[in-house]
Amino acid sequence: MTIQILMPALSPTMTEGNIAKWHKQEGDAVSSGDLLAEIETDKATMELEAVDEGILGKIIAAEGTENIAVNTPIAVLLADGEDTSAIDAAAAAPEPAPAEAVPEPDAASGPGEAPAAAPTPPPAPAEPEYTGETQILTVREALRDAMAEEMRDDDNVFLMGEEVAEYQGAYKVSQGLLEEFGAKRVIDTPITEHGFTGLGVGAAFGGLRPIVEFMTFNFAMQAMDHIINSAAKTLYMSGGQMGAPMVLRGPNGAAAGVAAQHSQCFASWYAHVPGLKVVSPWSGADAKGLLKSAIRDPNPVIVLENEILYGQSFEVPIDPDFVVPIGKAKIERPGADVTITSFSLMMNVVMEAAEALAAEGIDAEVINLRSLRPFDAGTVAESVRKTNRIVNVEEGWAFAGIGSEIAALMMEHAFDYLDAPVNRVCGEDVPMPYARNLEAMYLPDVAKVVSAAKDVCYA
Amino acid sequence: MATAAKRKPRKRAAPKPKATPEELLEFHREMLLIRRFEEKAGQLYGMGLIQGFCHLYIGQEAVVVGMQAAADTDVDTVVTSYRDHGHMLACGMDPKGVMAELTGRGTGYSHGKGGSMHMFSREKNFFGGHGIVAAQVPIGTGLGFAHKYKEDGGVCMTYYGDGAANQGQVYESFNMAALWKLPVCYVLENNRYGMGTSVARAASTQELYARGEAFGIPGERVDGMDVAAVRAAAEKALKHVRSGKGPYILGMLTYRYRGHSMSDPAKYRTREEVSKVRAEQDPIDRVAQTLLDNEYATEEELKAVDAEIKAIITEAAEFAQQSPEPDPSELYTDVLVDA
Repeated sequence: MTIQILMPALSPTMTEGNIAKWHKQEGDAVSSGDLLAEIETDKATMELEAVDEGILGKIIAAEGTENIAVNTPIAVLLADGEDTSAIDAAAAAPEPAPAEAVPEPDAASGPGEAPAAAPTPPPAPAEPEYTGETQILTVREALRDAMAEEMRDDDNVFLMGEEVAEYQGAYKVSQGLLEEFGAKRVIDTPITEHGFTGLGVGAAFGGLRPIVEFMTFNFAMQAMDHIINSAAKTLYMSGGQMGAPMVLRGPNGAAAGVAAQHSQCFASWYAHVPGLKVVSPWSGADAKGLLKSAIRDPNPVIVLENEILYGQSFEVPIDPDFVVPIGKAKIERPGADVTITSFSLMMNVVMEAAEALAAEGIDAEVINLRSLRPFDAGTVAESVRKTNRIVNVEEGWAFAGIGSEIAALMMEHAFDYLDAPVNRVCGEDVPMPYARNLEAMYLPDVAKVVSAAKDVCYA
Repeated sequence: MATAAKRKPRKRAAPKPKATPEELLEFHREMLLIRRFEEKAGQLYGMGLIQGFCHLYIGQEAVVVGMQAAADTDVDTVVTSYRDHGHMLACGMDPKGVMAELTGRGTGYSHGKGGSMHMFSREKNFFGGHGIVAAQVPIGTGLGFAHKYKEDGGVCMTYYGDGAANQGQVYESFNMAALWKLPVCYVLENNRYGMGTSVARAASTQELYARGEAFGIPGERVDGMDVAAVRAAAEKALKHVRSGKGPYILGMLTYRYRGHSMSDPAKYRTREEVSKVRAEQDPIDRVAQTLLDNEYATEEELKAVDAEIKAIITEAAEFAQQSPEPDPSELYTDVLVDA
């Protein structure tokens, strides 16, 4: 049987090629791996090797032929014992099927027609109200308790990171865990974020439930490839066979006086990525409940904590069954005049601003977002349908930030209800400066939030 | 192509092979399966049925076949780079499912969502298929960590190339693996070129496996074109690792006949260089010659093996072309596991 040699696709983008040179002539014997021809593509001259054995029976496209479409026959190879009469028989063989026709664009969707609105998601289901006992704990202790409870529950959960064991945590979040769980499960790593994050992903592939602590999220940039390319994408790339059930946690955002490289909010970076869940707790109950949910979650979850909040105290549920569902925002202060959304440390600023606004007769509804992906757009949209106004407050930069996403979501889900443009209060569009006065200018504060809320209320 | 048909038994006394006749036949068969699979993948790429990047393993077959021959495949895990088709076949994954993934079909291992560089099989303990150079090295180290944590006696065989050997994360991994005595066997597949840059032009020292010495990790150079030598080295390394002594590095000297990927004009080396390796060191020809020299197999028997493998590959290629594209619903599934 003759074999047609086709113009091969030699690169991902090649559609046609030229025959620069034939290295074999008609009648030559050809073995697999022999150089047949040189093909010029759009990028380079490539060598065409024989795949099959035989005699080169006929050259269809002579040397110098240009713009030959991929998959066009360029030569015919004869098997042992065949002569050129077989070529004529092969010529009658059907051509490769043409590419499928591209469907015409739908003429119905011309200009003038309103775009179909995306269905507005309902608010995430309400979580059961916690009525059990509480205790006053710092956020630091609440996070520690969350890890300890989940480690007692599941032997496959372990904690690794810099200074988490013997030092008891760079910020003392893992205090006491080494004593209770031992060095097998509370592991001091070398300072090697890229390496230990990748190692954590591998451990998760292998059936464990790692909690990887970053001393701060600034250092996680060294591990970004493993967080995005390895942890977030593998479930999809494997067709659902394996993913990375793991927690990546640590303090995020500005601390105080540590300047540009140690003061940055990564919320929008991680929230951008399908395959990750991203939470950012404010209160002690948030911290405990969200971290417990994160540890139990079968997906990679980013927990963006805050160093300044670590030392602040809140009422925290004692019951080990208490969790905060991922994907559920919380209305911390109901109000009628303007919705203010925020998360993490900036919730302190927003709650104080809401009091200041109340003194001026503006009743703000404050939503603690808690989860940034999945995002509870339903709860926010429902609030905006009531207040008709919204301001988002975050430490991160405005451009492509969480507030930008909220603005887009409200266009999609509450456009007809907005009585003012969505407003954003963000970190200034510069690297974080060091000096006390400049640092304060950079960050959102109560005055900026009050002013932004009054703007959207036209007050 | 293996040219078993053209060979005649040599007159002189054959050297004593380092494997039994049955083992040699099995090595020959497995390497030929990879070779023929890759040749077919190259053909399908040329026909436009496989798109994007496609990195062929032709020439390097002895490495993964020799390694797997020494492994405890019930517990040991495997992770490698994007030049991964050979590793998948050696792990026992179905050629049909692998080829269908290459052609982007719903019957592929990743339902058409991974492609050549991203395939996995939990059932066969194959953990990818990773597209970022060297990313699999910390991941394999983590799989080793999980073996130790679970005390299941397994070892992770972590493959990486000479190009990856210049990535920092390899050495971050070595440090932790040695520090914590993790059961990881690092398999350095030195095929002499990281894409188009030779090892001599990329690495300050040429013995890349010896870089483990800085971390106290033992290693050795292995003729990666000799499947029995690979198997022997793997047995020694795995014994060391499994006994709890920590990681080991096997520096496989091997060679890829084809370009880095399908779109490689291969101007960085001569055709003569490639031809010489093919003629003198081809891992499949070497085993076939040993089989013939020792009269463990006849030419007819080897031809029959070739025919049997060609049939498997033809079936895989037909399956990969006839399977439907993924259902459109696949676009949105497997992003997250339902909590």
